[in-house]
Amino acid sequence: MANKVDIAALAKLARLEVSDEEMGKLEKEIPAILEFVETIQKAHGSTSSPQASSGLKNVMRADDESHESGKYTEKLLEAAPARDGNRIAVKQVISRKKS
Amino acid sequence: MNLATLTIAEARRALDAKEYSALELTNAYLDAIAKKDVEIHAYLEVWADSAREEAKAADKMIAAGKSQPLTGIPIAVKDNILLDGRIASSASKILENYRASYDATVIKKLKAQSIVFLGRTNMDEFALGSSTENSAFGPTKNPHDTSRVPGGTSGGPTAAVAAGMALGALGSDTGGSIRQPSGFCGVVGLKPTYGAVSRFGLMAAASSLDQIGTIGKTIGDAKVLFEAIHGYDANDSTSLPDSSIYGTKEARRVVGVPRAFLKEGMEKDMLAQFERTLESLKNDGYSIVDIELPSLDYALAVYYIINPAEVSTNLARYDGIRYGHTAPADTISDVYAKSRAQGFGAETRRRILVGTFVLSAGYADAYYRKARAVRELIRSDFRRVFESIDAVALPISPIAPWKFGDKADPVAMYAADIFTVPVNLAGVPAVSVPSGTVERDGKHLPVGFQLIASHGGEEALFKIGEDVEKAGS
Repeated sequence: MANKVDIAALAKLARLEVSDEEMGKLEKEIPAILEFVETIQKAHGSTSSPQASSGLKNVMRADDESHESGKYTEKLLEAAPARDGNRIAVKQVISRKKS
Repeated sequence: MNLATLTIAEARRALDAKEYSALELTNAYLDAIAKKDVEIHAYLEVWADSAREEAKAADKMIAAGKSQPLTGIPIAVKDNILLDGRIASSASKILENYRASYDATVIKKLKAQSIVFLGRTNMDEFALGSSTENSAFGPTKNPHDTSRVPGGTSGGPTAAVAAGMALGALGSDTGGSIRQPSGFCGVVGLKPTYGAVSRFGLMAAASSLDQIGTIGKTIGDAKVLFEAIHGYDANDSTSLPDSSIYGTKEARRVVGVPRAFLKEGMEKDMLAQFERTLESLKNDGYSIVDIELPSLDYALAVYYIINPAEVSTNLARYDGIRYGHTAPADTISDVYAKSRAQGFGAETRRRILVGTFVLSAGYADAYYRKARAVRELIRSDFRRVFESIDAVALPISPIAPWKFGDKADPVAMYAADIFTVPVNLAGVPAVSVPSGTVERDGKHLPVGFQLIASHGGEEALFKIGEDVEKAGS
């Protein structure tokens, strides 16, 4: 089923730069891994079957302030590669189209 | 004190009897690390100064008669568990200089007992691998034969305990990452029931499979560490209420063996050693019965779909923006793509790509959703067998510890996880107990015996595990 895998498209989706040299290796390795898990297709088990037996449920915390504002700001900003005052600095996300 | 044989239980007795101080004990371990770890490379960082301060604080507690089970006990921590202010890197370049901003819940609980943290120990990057060869900072060596792998991903913590460089350790187990290296290094490794120990402050690899667990020389040591760290935590959304673990079921002394699952790929002497351990349990009065777990045939395939799917999602957070390694680039998408390419190792990149594939539109039904459905079959298989038995016995690994580089093919490495991944898929607890050895190139290598219990069945693991220990001694 997965004999044709577009590694470049996957890498783009995963936001991962892949060198030409690595691309050659991955084009062999990724299909081999997918081949390894291919036996799953022979298993019973419907994808529409209820998952209730897993016992998992959503857990939410109360929708209120769990701590005073700014308590962890400095500590978390220390880990950021670039800051601008009390904010993490990033490259422009939306840019004007250049011709 | 002889660090090669010292247990937490014996150290506790000696510390409380004032035969030596916690500081002397910690210094002995720091000396052992200085002497041995150049060769073994279990530690990524040793916290000698803070360890001595923690030992002094423990000595005060002991002097005041307030000692708790782990007061003054020097342990190692896997590099993916957060200690406030300390570097935690998951053995990855992308987090090489990352300092944790809070304590993991398990660390908080151990600090409350005035335990001693010797340092952070090596692992496969982001807990992806089976040999610790995927560490960005070089592999750990197996203390029983330094030309061989210690197993993984918790190869650092288990090698540290096996080589007398820590009395105990915390690891994490996503598909065997505590049990398999414990088996390879000849120590006891416990993977608790999913949800029994808080994952708050454990770097997420595959969230539905990850579980923090404990490592020690004996069942008793793994147990005393587990008792200190388990319990409900509001900060972990999959944490179990305290009442749902530690079910006190009546022991039937019946152990099941899924014979059909053992048939392929096992090294002969590894299988023979497994049979010898079963025989000793039988002589000890246990009934050994054949059981069927037919869906286990799909366990590896299910695991190597669900694991990369969750890994690719969880590791999306490492993007060079909020923390960790960042690569300068002109656009934000290039910052992401370059930071991740430079920061992640080869196996991590493979898992991210496979995960992205199995979750992508057009393939998610055939791979990810199918795997989730088959995972439910595995869960119900286990539920069914535990209606009539106390524990399932399986080997830890089909093969003995291999030589460095022998499993360069990723798929060959994955196949070695066959006996440990079903446990994480089902969320049940399991333990690896050393039982006998096999010989390779004239060296005796430890063999791990695996016991698996039903949800909340840790007590059964400890009981039967102690009987395995007794039979081996």
